[in-house]
Amino acid sequence: MTQVDTETELSTISDQGNASKFSFGVLQFPGSNSDQDCVNAIEVLGHEAHYVWHKEESLGHLDAVLVPGGFSYGDYLRAGAIARFSPVMRALADFAENGGLVLGVCNGFQILCEAGLLPGALILNRSLQFRSEFVHLSTVNSDTPFTKAIPADQLMRVPIAHGEGCYFADGSTLNEMESHGQILWKYATAQGDVEDHANPNGSVHGIAGVCNKAGNVAALMPHPERACQEAIGSADGQWIFRSLIEHLKDAK
Amino acid sequence: MSDPKITPELIRQHNLTDEEYQLILKQLGREPNITELGIFSVMWSEHCSYKNTRSLLKGFPTRSSNVLVPAGEENAGVIDIGDGLAVAFKIESHNHPSAVEPFQGATTGVGGIIRDIFTMGARPICAVNSLRFGKLDSPEVRRLFRGVVAGIGHYGNCFGIPTVAGEVYFDESYEGNPLVNAFSLGVLRHEQIARGAAQGIGNPVFYVGPATGRDGLAGAAFASQDLTEESAEQQRGAVQVGDPFMEKLCMEACLELLATGAVAGIQDMGAAGLTCSTCETAARGGTGIEIELDKVPQRGPGMSPYEIMLSESQERMLIIVHKGREDDVKRIFDKWDLPWAEIGFVTDTGQMVVKHHGEVVADLPAAKLADEAPIYHREAIEPEYLKETRGLDLHSIQDTTDVEGDLHALMAWPTIASKNWVYRQYDYTVRNGTMVHPGSDAAVIRVKPDSLPVLSEDSPNRDVIPPEKYLAMSVDGNGAYVYLDPYEGGKIAVAEAARNLACSGAVPLGTTDNLNFGNPHNPELFWQLKEAVRGLADACTYFEAPVTGGNVSLYNQNPKGAIDPTPTVAMVGLIEDPSHITTQWFKNEGDVILLIGESLDSDDPYQGLGGSAYLKVRHGLKKGLPPRCDLTVEKNIHNALRGWIAQGAIQSAHDCSEGGLAVALGECCISGESARHTPHLIGAEIQLKRAEQDRLDALLFGETQGRIIISVPSVFVGKITGQAEVMNIPVEKIGTVGGKTLSIVVDKHQFDWDLSKLHDAWFNSIDQIMES
Repeated sequence: MTQVDTETELSTISDQGNASKFSFGVLQFPGSNSDQDCVNAIEVLGHEAHYVWHKEESLGHLDAVLVPGGFSYGDYLRAGAIARFSPVMRALADFAENGGLVLGVCNGFQILCEAGLLPGALILNRSLQFRSEFVHLSTVNSDTPFTKAIPADQLMRVPIAHGEGCYFADGSTLNEMESHGQILWKYATAQGDVEDHANPNGSVHGIAGVCNKAGNVAALMPHPERACQEAIGSADGQWIFRSLIEHLKDAK
Repeated sequence: MSDPKITPELIRQHNLTDEEYQLILKQLGREPNITELGIFSVMWSEHCSYKNTRSLLKGFPTRSSNVLVPAGEENAGVIDIGDGLAVAFKIESHNHPSAVEPFQGATTGVGGIIRDIFTMGARPICAVNSLRFGKLDSPEVRRLFRGVVAGIGHYGNCFGIPTVAGEVYFDESYEGNPLVNAFSLGVLRHEQIARGAAQGIGNPVFYVGPATGRDGLAGAAFASQDLTEESAEQQRGAVQVGDPFMEKLCMEACLELLATGAVAGIQDMGAAGLTCSTCETAARGGTGIEIELDKVPQRGPGMSPYEIMLSESQERMLIIVHKGREDDVKRIFDKWDLPWAEIGFVTDTGQMVVKHHGEVVADLPAAKLADEAPIYHREAIEPEYLKETRGLDLHSIQDTTDVEGDLHALMAWPTIASKNWVYRQYDYTVRNGTMVHPGSDAAVIRVKPDSLPVLSEDSPNRDVIPPEKYLAMSVDGNGAYVYLDPYEGGKIAVAEAARNLACSGAVPLGTTDNLNFGNPHNPELFWQLKEAVRGLADACTYFEAPVTGGNVSLYNQNPKGAIDPTPTVAMVGLIEDPSHITTQWFKNEGDVILLIGESLDSDDPYQGLGGSAYLKVRHGLKKGLPPRCDLTVEKNIHNALRGWIAQGAIQSAHDCSEGGLAVALGECCISGESARHTPHLIGAEIQLKRAEQDRLDALLFGETQGRIIISVPSVFVGKITGQAEVMNIPVEKIGTVGGKTLSIVVDKHQFDWDLSKLHDAWFNSIDQIMES
């Protein structure tokens, strides 16, 4: 399988004549620790990122919102369980209700599931250990705001870093999700095969990321915001953000 | 309820000698009460006062043109890295707590070192650790190992800094006495350096962070004594409990507060908690401090002054604030929902005064407590055991007849085997700064604008975007070498760290050391310490990598005996240009493999096998003399390598250490990987020259120092060998990169290893032991 040389490919996708920058909000909870990485990724791509403190009741004008990784509220009770009660989450729910684009990463995925904005739940890795390594992701549905710019058959090499990343949803939920194209990414081998041993945490069906039925809220356990520059290991994460940017441009 | 009477028994229980008690009487001019006795016992413990080692540590080089805050002045040293930026770093141990409660002992070790960094005003951006355990066939050792690694991961991962490098050794001498040495590095602008002095008479003193409880009570005193069988039960209360989430909030709040200019002095509450922070800040400021314990947030009712002063509850900071700026503390700490309390003020009496319910319960001279602990010059006697170890006759050991089996055994030996079981539990990508992940000779991280603490609003540098900086880090320390020859072993620990930095393209900037030794009252063990420090000091001076601070951990022994004397050395280096960043695995078929350095030291009677992994693993011996370390040769080699790296000639660089040349070659072939289950195996065809007197096992597995394996595109070979000749550095072509096997030819013998099998043995060794 030929892999696109990501950084070269991406550098040729130019924002032709588009001087305007999109505005991404990055929520900040006490204990978020990958918030600055989300900001970094957005800025590397030439757009604007703003922190939104958890006590804010309004998001302000934003084109999209990122819910970052970390250990919000120390993972007390359950990962993401307390964050969902933050004032900012009500604003986020409204934003999502009105079709706003939301992407959650790692703890962000956990928060969105706890808040009922995404189906399923994240539980302890089957290994019972924290897992930090680079994995390959295969895109299952390329027809979403989060995946539309990802070339066919493009594997994305991105890092994971989580202790509670095992995605679970019961049989009927999974069937529904599958029929609505809500499964976005799965863990795969370097050859692109979705196999058990490519799965770092025991997620059902090797699921790494999902979206809601309306297709405007998505999340994944791996960290695309930590894979936007070859210098730090991989630039493949850019495909997901490029998809969002492309979607926002198309919507204008 | 009245205070207990001070009896000789009570004095002994506080780990103070009769002479020390007499000194206390002399300093105070009266008897201390129980709270004051407790305060002296922790401040004068080895852990806090370094009373047994201060005289030795004076030998360390601590200055260079880059040093902004030298060792001994503050909680961590600070070194300039150019463009107005600086780094603060240090290593510290948490050995005794980890022996008793591995998870919390290790986790709070990480928490403690992180606090030492942000108390300097720096934002911590990475962690590194150095670990020692007994042999993994013991279930108890596996329990400690599992707990320590989980504890380290828990703190770093939750706090949000990448744990990027480390080392783990397994040896029976550490059974029952694990070593957990935790390092952290932070960055800041020169103008952001914060000091831990109680400045300004009348300035309010604030306590920030979670409430004080009974955990960790007298942890400093616990660390300053031998472990016994009763330790586990009796001392569990002395193990602190960590909350990395709390510390993350505390750090963000402190850095925000520092940016307001409201802070006159700041110090973390680490060992000896409230006691140490109040008395040290007063001593540094040449002032006094008065605090009222009723104002200190407490976790439970009825805590005594003794308990409050000696508690080592974590994640607490002491902040001296400029009078009139109290509202900044309240505003910022309320924003982060962190407890805070105004507990006292700075005085001009030079006394540390502690009140409880309005009554004075301690009134002690701060400077005497902090700086005038007794200094001991312990007796040092060359150990008897050296007669036996140096009596090893190499001829009594048969040369190898199973080279293939030897390499397999060494690569699978837990000390040499891949540590991925460990570092896959550590987040190493958070903060988007890690450029060389765990698995190579040194970690490399980048410093970028968001690595820095927030700047004050009226800073002239507010709109200045500093250039990216590239830092390399390595931690090293071979206890077996130090056991067999402390001076040489000390030198080698530093030389190896410098060599690892050179292999990544970095120039050493500074060093931090953790001295892990046994009971200093034992003259033979003290001799080990003295000689090792001498070796470390000589080498640090030579490499111009001053010691910026560090830690001494003594009493690492139990009834079975003392640990191998183990100084761990963490070195930080600067890489000029990101294109110089070099990793250890072979890259391209056809590249030429060169060996820099002499393959065998003709002056070494042990041909590099003394104290070697091979001697240990294949012959069960820890004997001989370690290989000689020639600092001049090392420095020349490191400089030459950096020059070639800068010329773009070097595809990979890897130094020879445990297991010698063959292990290093194996690692070059199999240690590259890009993702889960995606190793990049690349073979090599090696031809080695052997002189008649060279043993085969010494040639392949001897640990002769000053050797680095490099792979270069063939077009560069002539240039390198030519330049090497001019510089009088031995460089020899030993082979070519390519194929699916590692093949080594010596004389007429050819030895081959299938790369998948070798990789499997090396990569999965520890996983198989721990997960089956």
